[in-house]
Amino acid sequence: MSQIVRPYGDATGDGMIQVSFTLPLPHDKRAEGAALQLAHKMGIEPAMVVHAKAMGPSFTFFVVYGSVHHLVEVDKVQVIERDFPLLSAKEVNALIKSRLRRPLVVVGACIGTDAHTVGIDAILNIKGFAGEKGLEYYSQMQVVNLGAQVSIPSLVEAARASKADAVLVSQVVTQRDAHLHNVREMTAAFREAFPDGRRPIIIVGGPRFDETMTAELGVDRIFGKGTTPAEVASYLVSRSTTRTPAPAPTRKATR
Amino acid sequence: MSELLHLNKRTVTRARALARTAGAPVVDIAKQHTTVSVERAVLRLAGLSGADVEGTPWVNHLVDRVRADVGLEQGVALPVWHTLRREGLTDITELAQRAAAGSIAFTLPEGRDHERAATNARRAIGGGITRIDRNRVQRDKLIKRYGNPPAPWIYLIVATGDIDEDVPQAIAAAREGADVIAVIRSTGQSLLDFVPEGATHEGFAGTYATQENFRIMRAALDEVSKELGRYVRLTNYASGLCMPEIATLAGLERLDMMLNDSMYGILFRDINPIRTFVDQRFSRQIHARAGIIINTGEDNYLTTADAIEAAHTVTVSQLLNEYFAKEAGLEDWQLGLGHAFEISPEIPDSFRLELAHALLARELFPDAPLKWMPPTKHMTGDIFRGYLLDGFFNLVGALTGQGILLVGMMTEAVVTPWLSDRDLALQNVRYVLNAAGGLREDFHPPRDGFIVQRAHAVLNEAITLLERINDETLLDAIADGTFGLMKRPADAGRGLDGVVIKGADYLNPATEILEGQS
Repeated sequence: MSQIVRPYGDATGDGMIQVSFTLPLPHDKRAEGAALQLAHKMGIEPAMVVHAKAMGPSFTFFVVYGSVHHLVEVDKVQVIERDFPLLSAKEVNALIKSRLRRPLVVVGACIGTDAHTVGIDAILNIKGFAGEKGLEYYSQMQVVNLGAQVSIPSLVEAARASKADAVLVSQVVTQRDAHLHNVREMTAAFREAFPDGRRPIIIVGGPRFDETMTAELGVDRIFGKGTTPAEVASYLVSRSTTRTPAPAPTRKATR
Repeated sequence: MSELLHLNKRTVTRARALARTAGAPVVDIAKQHTTVSVERAVLRLAGLSGADVEGTPWVNHLVDRVRADVGLEQGVALPVWHTLRREGLTDITELAQRAAAGSIAFTLPEGRDHERAATNARRAIGGGITRIDRNRVQRDKLIKRYGNPPAPWIYLIVATGDIDEDVPQAIAAAREGADVIAVIRSTGQSLLDFVPEGATHEGFAGTYATQENFRIMRAALDEVSKELGRYVRLTNYASGLCMPEIATLAGLERLDMMLNDSMYGILFRDINPIRTFVDQRFSRQIHARAGIIINTGEDNYLTTADAIEAAHTVTVSQLLNEYFAKEAGLEDWQLGLGHAFEISPEIPDSFRLELAHALLARELFPDAPLKWMPPTKHMTGDIFRGYLLDGFFNLVGALTGQGILLVGMMTEAVVTPWLSDRDLALQNVRYVLNAAGGLREDFHPPRDGFIVQRAHAVLNEAITLLERINDETLLDAIADGTFGLMKRPADAGRGLDGVVIKGADYLNPATEILEGQS
């Protein structure tokens, strides 16, 4: 049995939603009719224009409420589920100690012209994010935060010099798809600079990435909005201690 | 404004004195050095503009060639005007072109040639200062004609990347009620060691600051000022590796406000500290002359650190910014000292804390306009909650008499502002000012209450930090990560190779005029 739901206003199945938008039309009856037409084309039926306001002589802002006919088939929804256990800092440190037997080295940067370090800092700085301490707080992690506007060659060089296990790249600016171009360029550079299986784990993060694009971008993992340091740390430890066949597989430590 | 916080006059005097003793040695260092960007600004004042086909400005070519031939220890003016005369040229652009082609060798003048070169340089560079002076007169005339808007001035941002898109957006924003239009720069411009040339159409998250873009936008705002009967101010950004040049272009094209922070480039852009302090001083001297209001960047401390724990670093930075600004000749009315509403809304009493911090800034700097900046760090994408937060931000602004109100967008961290976002944001501002603008009259926080006590605590922490800075030096404090957790040693960072120690015969006609020596 597939599960089907509709948007919920104040009763099950009422399908109620709200949208707001601007039309490049002066505010008059025709503009309100135009807003209704758009709502109908969006599948909102019946639709109510509950608010319309002129913004200067040639634009009108609308708020529309109404019921959509669309059905949401929950079992057909595709998402990236977390496929690693969420661990505490203590557990992460213990695992690195026992499996890796050396600190896990993480290099982080904002690449290209992006100067927005808020994302990388939230994950790496000891200050952390959402009440969780950043990766610098983990005693078994060695963090190199290169900061903003790092060129791809210097990121590759820093990863090599510090023998990075993982490279974290944050991209906030998305104008003209800069985030996608930058990441593709970066992964190409890493593929060129490191032999297969020796390449550090590459993680990108930012508010506008599609988490299903890993293969297309050539990265190991994409983290979206709201990711916490513990999620990144847990992923890193699960990935680096159970890595895809490497030339010299790490032996499990005897306890 | 009446004194609501009962700040002890001696404490305030002590805070200022500590800022002065921390800043004075840095000013001495700034006076002993010049930079490639200061020298390029001197050439821009003499009217040199334009770039080669690859976009490298002629000022860069000329300074680089002079440096290669005779060094910059004596400044660019003497060798340039001497060589100009020696070659029988009158056009400095032609000299730059020939120098770029490698067909000219620069030499230093001696004896009577020295005097001639200095006189010619002073005349040419004085022409640029005269143009800046005329622009200031023109601005005053327009303000007199149209009148100044009441405080707070409504400050709106335009950021499309394309000057041709910026213009209609800025005009729309002005018509909707903006008193100040800020054109955000392209991400990364602060790290370019040259100023791009011409009208530009592709920037990332902003539009390049160029002389031509400045001119286009100022002309458009002059038109709309006339239409609205209200002088609409234009803001851009001086910070970065080209502070002196961008400040100069702003003066030449009659911009009205400039982002100019004394330590932002060092802390948040990893620009070399000496480079920054030298460039900052010259750029602020130009702003002072041009009648430009500076906006400082204390909001950055709050977005990179905890807004409660770091509250006193904002105060320290404001005091240092004030010291450096006044030393460079700026007056109180030109100090748009920055601060921001960045305390997590999850924290109990966050609004009272914001009020305390904003009031402290207001009373410490009673004659400065102050720039009040909206929440960004805790804007989550929940636009409805964000709209409420912006309302509370506006209320603090109204209650504490802020001079410049940067309008917060509920879509912060979601998209660059849409037309409707700006309209809704302005409705928010108008509602609050209209409903509660007069509330200041009734607002007398009790002397032993939370707000007054918190303000005193922040000021005391600021003094403790200033004392710690004075135990070493400001440069050491910057090197150890005292500010914003970033460690920035004086012998590292971007742009260090553009710093030069002045020789005994250093000549800078612009500085002479700006410092009133001629």
